[in-house]
Amino acid sequence: MKDIYVNRKYVIIGLIIVVSLILIIKMFVIQVVEDTYRMSADNNVLRYVTQYPARGLIYDRNGKLVVFNQAAYDLMVIPAQTGKMDTSLFCSDLGITKAILKEKMKSAVTYSRRAPSVFLKQISAETYAKFQEKMFMYPGFYVQPRTLRKYSRPVAAHLLGYVSEADESLIRQDPYYKPGDYIGKLGIEEAYEKELRGTRGVKIFMVDVYSRIKGSYAEGDMDTLAVQGRDIISAIDLDLQEYGERLMQNKTGSIVAIEPGTGEILALVSSPNYDPGLLVGRIRSENFTGLQADTLLPLFNRAFMASYPPGSTFKPINGLIALQEKVIYPSTRFGCDNGYLFVACHSHSSPLDLEGAIMNSCNSYFCQTYRRILENPRYASVSEAYGKWKSYLDEFGFGKKLGSEFVNELPGLIPPPSYFERFYGKNTWKALNVISLAIGQGEIGTTPMQMANMTAAIANRGYFYTPHIVKSIGSGGRIDSAFTTRHKISIDSVNFESVINGMEAAVNGGAGATARIAALQDIIVCGKTGTAENPHGEDHSVFIAFAPRDNPKIAIAVYVENAGFGATYAAPVASLIIEKYLKGEISEANKWQEQRILELNLINKLPAIETEH
Amino acid sequence: MKRSINIWQGIDKISILLFLVLVIMGWFNIYAAVYNEDHKGIFDLSQRYGKQFIWILASLVLAVFIVIIDTRFYFFFAWLIYGGLIFLLMLVLILGKDINGARSWFEFGQVSFQPSEFAKFGTALVLADFLNKRRHELTKLKVIIPSAAIILLPAILTALQPDLGSTVVFFSFFVVLYREGMSPFIFVSGLLMLVLFFFTLLINDIYLEIGIIVIAFLLTWLVTRKWKVFVTGLGIFLFISGALYVLDHFVINSLGNKLVILLSLILSGIAFAYYIYQKKAISVLIIYLFLLGSIIYIDSVDYGYSHLLKPHQRERVEIMLGFKSDPHGTGYNVNQSMISIGSGGMTGKGYLQGTQTKFKFVPAQSTDFIFCTIGEEWGFLGSVTVVGLYLFLLLRLIMLAERQRSVFSRIYGYGVVSILFTHFFINIGMAIGLVPVIGIPLPFLSYGGSSLWGFTILLFIFLRLDASRTEYLV
Repeated sequence: MKDIYVNRKYVIIGLIIVVSLILIIKMFVIQVVEDTYRMSADNNVLRYVTQYPARGLIYDRNGKLVVFNQAAYDLMVIPAQTGKMDTSLFCSDLGITKAILKEKMKSAVTYSRRAPSVFLKQISAETYAKFQEKMFMYPGFYVQPRTLRKYSRPVAAHLLGYVSEADESLIRQDPYYKPGDYIGKLGIEEAYEKELRGTRGVKIFMVDVYSRIKGSYAEGDMDTLAVQGRDIISAIDLDLQEYGERLMQNKTGSIVAIEPGTGEILALVSSPNYDPGLLVGRIRSENFTGLQADTLLPLFNRAFMASYPPGSTFKPINGLIALQEKVIYPSTRFGCDNGYLFVACHSHSSPLDLEGAIMNSCNSYFCQTYRRILENPRYASVSEAYGKWKSYLDEFGFGKKLGSEFVNELPGLIPPPSYFERFYGKNTWKALNVISLAIGQGEIGTTPMQMANMTAAIANRGYFYTPHIVKSIGSGGRIDSAFTTRHKISIDSVNFESVINGMEAAVNGGAGATARIAALQDIIVCGKTGTAENPHGEDHSVFIAFAPRDNPKIAIAVYVENAGFGATYAAPVASLIIEKYLKGEISEANKWQEQRILELNLINKLPAIETEH
Repeated sequence: MKRSINIWQGIDKISILLFLVLVIMGWFNIYAAVYNEDHKGIFDLSQRYGKQFIWILASLVLAVFIVIIDTRFYFFFAWLIYGGLIFLLMLVLILGKDINGARSWFEFGQVSFQPSEFAKFGTALVLADFLNKRRHELTKLKVIIPSAAIILLPAILTALQPDLGSTVVFFSFFVVLYREGMSPFIFVSGLLMLVLFFFTLLINDIYLEIGIIVIAFLLTWLVTRKWKVFVTGLGIFLFISGALYVLDHFVINSLGNKLVILLSLILSGIAFAYYIYQKKAISVLIIYLFLLGSIIYIDSVDYGYSHLLKPHQRERVEIMLGFKSDPHGTGYNVNQSMISIGSGGMTGKGYLQGTQTKFKFVPAQSTDFIFCTIGEEWGFLGSVTVVGLYLFLLLRLIMLAERQRSVFSRIYGYGVVSILFTHFFINIGMAIGLVPVIGIPLPFLSYGGSSLWGFTILLFIFLRLDASRTEYLV
């Protein structure tokens, strides 16, 4: 009984061995060779919950809280983990419609099925409390605590900036930001974003297939704590800022007040402005659109984004340059016959020395002075002399960005000599071609902040610190050394005294003083009025001042658009600010002035701003 | 002629040891797969691991009974057992509980029972009995057809449930027929059908059919080595098909290219038949029949695939073949299963440390996908150990089968090997993404009383037969 098929057992044995080997090879590939499966397993089970740090707070120079945080809750969703749930209950809990639910889910899926995305932003604490209890009924959803900005007073919107969601282009640029992250925009929020934002932490949880949290991963060893953002001690004086904004209500224009000794910005007002609380939370986008549409441009920060011809406030600097270039002396007198050539002047005693010319704001005097600057025989040509003049302006920070924290500040305009050479011919252009520059009109533009900085430099008798908005980071954290570097101007301090004499006289002098309206009882204010002509309407009223004369504490530039003479409105505003800052309150003698300014409404006039883009 | 023998001495301890190792391994991995913090005791009867412990105890008792029972019981009652189980398979179609659209289970209160798990050993017994009397005759159709019927009857009944997994398992009995003398041609045909099946789904049928025809003609040239015959044959076929094509294209318009190819093949067959008859060219006849068979097969697969299969079944096949990937839909199980096993790495995450397992990402973790738990927590080393244990058991059983003096025992032994091998290959293969998801348990490891008992009976009847291999010389 021979089994003739006995050898077939080898075929079967062979088959079994080959199949086992195939299984082992495939196992080897997926278990040992490839590591994507391990990652997928981690993705399945690990839920990374970002721990958002609270954003740093912002204080004013006196330790008053300006910006703080309030709790908000973002409802997050991971589409891949959502499951069956009672959608009508869900919608009624959140107070949304099913259409919104559908739409939000769709956009979440479009972003990613596996990664969390924001389903509903900034739900209220009440909604959150209600929702939290039922969370287990809604797989794939969870709440992410966030913080929103809150403002102690509805002021300083322009210098604070705001916080908004990081947009796509930014996320692409900076991998730190993820969709739904917040980022500071403009002002302090943008300039000190890195300090304010803190460090994100992450908590790693393990979740089961229904995305129920099953405990922390590796006993929390891999978790990182969120580190709160650093607080910012701003240089501003909140009370002064608020007061400035009150004075500027119903007017367009700006105030920049600087502490000359440090370059710290005490107040930075741009009017019209808005309540910074409008740009927070869910109301943000709606309000932002509204503000953008406003023809008065409340979002536009005039303090360093508007460029005006400086007008007569430019006379002190021309005087300084002339003195330093030795083309005039303090005692140099020029006559004035109600004007110089085609530049008109008002009636005043004549001839005047430098002090008198500043006090009376004599156009003739400065036209002749400016001619001397440009026709200085020490230089081969008008171009060269003009170049020298411009180099002084450069030192004062004109025609370029000052370098404050505000990234969007305008450089203003001081044309190079080549500009005029192109117009009037290389060797044929004359001082008279540009004579209006003598009185701050013509082809130049300066920002209010540049003017305040110039005033601070005059107050310091020849140096300044770059204006900056932040005093310190956290407690005692040092600010950028660029803000603590003294910028020396190559004009002798003795020359400053002559100009300062004129500025003191302009406010405190006798007959002919142009800014007597700005005088204060116990404080020697030194100032200069200006009337910036503008092609769009009535002149802008400009005033620069510092006080007190000795050991100055505040330097200020005030612009009131379309308000006429500098003395009319800008000077009293500056005077009130100075008094408020130095005295803490407005004296009885000045109350009527305050009342007059507060009640003044210039807003119905058309706005007129020259901006560079 | 009967010799008394001590059963305990004769029984194969290696197989019993392997059986025990696999069963206990299964129990521990079921514990890991359905691990429940609130019920930490592995004997907790409210949990699957507690229940599995009961099934294991019961199966050991069952094993003892099987070993005690005289071997003649199985010879005499083979047909009765088979008949009874076939009856149950029919009954379950009517009285079974509908679970996920399949009627595979009887349910009596808490206890469920799956007759197909037991039908396997019944079929193995009957096949052994039937072939025992007709050995050396498996070349004859009158033996092949009834043998196939014994296999196909439970296969068809399980297909009706529908339980595709069990159906596939019953087909594995053809390995036994092969071992006992069935022509390997039937095997080759089966293999060819498998390959053609994949190609039919993979590439355009027309190109596939043209390719096969070209191969067939080349083969003809290879066996005849006559240019004249080759060219004439090709010419006849091309003429007929060309004419039919033109006719269909311009006049009839309803045949379609595939039917044109089939018809021209049949028509030219008349001319070929004349040549074959004249020259007695059997090889050409075989080639022609294979060719015709293939074309008809491709057409029917195509028809069946697009008309008979349900969309979700088509999708499973497509995902399996890699035409489609869908990690959240049908492919979810396989995807999560592969993630579990793949994330185990070389040495695994450690017992009870599998995150995929613990957090229930894989469906059917304690039953059909028990291998995920092993792969994840024990890694490549654990997986290879399990494969090694099965390989060892299967080879051991083949060795035992080959040493039988009784043909009945040998055939039954090969039945056991075929069943265990198919389960082993398909179950692990699907867990690692080699085989489509066909829900069948991993013998001895998967959770479930029916399957554990079914396999225990299957194995221990053979070990009992082996223990008394010297008793009978039948």
